[in-house]
Amino acid sequence: MSGDDIDWMLRANAKAKGKRPQYFDDPSLDRMLSMLMALVGEVAVLRERTDTIERLLEKNGSVSRADIESYEPDPEAAFERGAVIREYITRIMRGVQQDLEAMKESEPPVEEVSRELRDN
Amino acid sequence: MKREDIAPPYTAVARHGVFPEPRHDEAARFNFLANLNKYLSGVLGPGNQMAYERRVLPAFRKEHGRDPQDRFEIRAAMNRDAYHRFWSALKRNSMEMRQQNGRSMVLRQLDELDGKARQYNEGRDTLELHPEVTVPRYQAAVDIHCMPGSYHGEERPGDVSAGANYDCGIFATTAGGLGALSDGGGQALVEWVRKERPGWVPRRILDIGVTIGHNAVPLALAFAETEVTAIDTAAPSLRYGHARAQSLGARNIRFVQANAEDLSRWPQGHFDWVQTTMFLHETSGKALPRIISELYRVLAPGGLMLHLEQPQYSESMPLYEQFIRDWDAFNNNEPFWSAMHALDLKEEMVKAGFSRDDLFTTGVTAVVDDAIFPKAKQDGAEDHGRAASWHAYGAWKKAEAPRAAAE
Repeated sequence: MSGDDIDWMLRANAKAKGKRPQYFDDPSLDRMLSMLMALVGEVAVLRERTDTIERLLEKNGSVSRADIESYEPDPEAAFERGAVIREYITRIMRGVQQDLEAMKESEPPVEEVSRELRDN
Repeated sequence: MKREDIAPPYTAVARHGVFPEPRHDEAARFNFLANLNKYLSGVLGPGNQMAYERRVLPAFRKEHGRDPQDRFEIRAAMNRDAYHRFWSALKRNSMEMRQQNGRSMVLRQLDELDGKARQYNEGRDTLELHPEVTVPRYQAAVDIHCMPGSYHGEERPGDVSAGANYDCGIFATTAGGLGALSDGGGQALVEWVRKERPGWVPRRILDIGVTIGHNAVPLALAFAETEVTAIDTAAPSLRYGHARAQSLGARNIRFVQANAEDLSRWPQGHFDWVQTTMFLHETSGKALPRIISELYRVLAPGGLMLHLEQPQYSESMPLYEQFIRDWDAFNNNEPFWSAMHALDLKEEMVKAGFSRDDLFTTGVTAVVDDAIFPKAKQDGAEDHGRAASWHAYGAWKKAEAPRAAAE
């Protein structure tokens, strides 16, 4: 453990020197996104921990916290776990990915399509 | 999905003698970030160019009646685009999370890390710290890479937190592209020089702006008889870097706290090879020419000067590419990045004393254990500014100085 002289949990969060760019018109959106992404990251961590427990149980029939801490996946397991993270990230980023796809073609509003189908 | 779309696991990162011990969840945080970075650059990154071409550029033309004149005009226009703003916000958060995740892992075990470093550092004359060396403005103006405290910060006097945090998170930022010891750049130098000059053994190498020495150690290990001098202004990074090098068996490397703008403690022609690896962009407009000029002075006739950087912004590089390569300058606290890449480094080397025909440029790609770590691609989608392949700007100093001889 770190010495009592440093509250490492708070110091881990220290701000880097240099004015932070504001990405959204409302600064509270910048804050909300930083909280959301931290949460997104922590869910990935929980998922990976569950996967570790499952793999240890499958192999050993029991599990200890020490086993979890020292677990190292073999290349195949590492790839499977990485693929799970990627799938998870793509699910989270669905809206952004769809924004990207939407840029590829200019689409009329569905109201317009609706009028067209009504009249044809 | 291809195999290379998945980042290697954090457990494959090599743990040398002072590397922070990751807990299960700490490794998992870096696994998440490495894959998030791959996704942000590989999948969502191309959307920036699409936004530029489909709507930002047409709107700019409509408003101004012309095309953007430089990367700054593109940046101003793109910073109003919803897609680019959201992508930038995600990427900025990923950088901030990398720092938070690294620091929380390092600071909770700082006593142990300081203790390990002390074992490797105490009583060794290969670590020379000089507290009178001040941190230059270009290192202190902002915290580079959004690393709280940058390379020189301390949580308490004499600690190694800055170096340990830098070391443990390079994996996440580059999604493993620099290999198990994050030394793919240094290993690439070794591979390059062995092909370029088979059998050449430099007597002395000077590597400047080395931070934790990750790219200097491969040189020291490859040339065991060579005296390697590794300098930086940041004592906390040097303390960590020296301990790290010692634990990896690189004993022929001396870490010296010094500012490369003044190398007067070393005589003219002292080194056979002077090297910077991804350092010059962290200096300043006035410091860079002074550094190159000092390096020229301490370089022996017949010796090699080599600078590894991302490619300079030449006239042939499209303005959009210049703009996207500039992202880190303004969003990841690299304040000299933009101006530095607009310099003609070859011109700077000529001003320092080389003749134009001494100069060469070449491409260098990170050398990694590619059974586990991704091999940098030479083409296709890249994470601009972080790709593990560089341009090398180099020169061999003439064995005899013909101009001087003729005078």
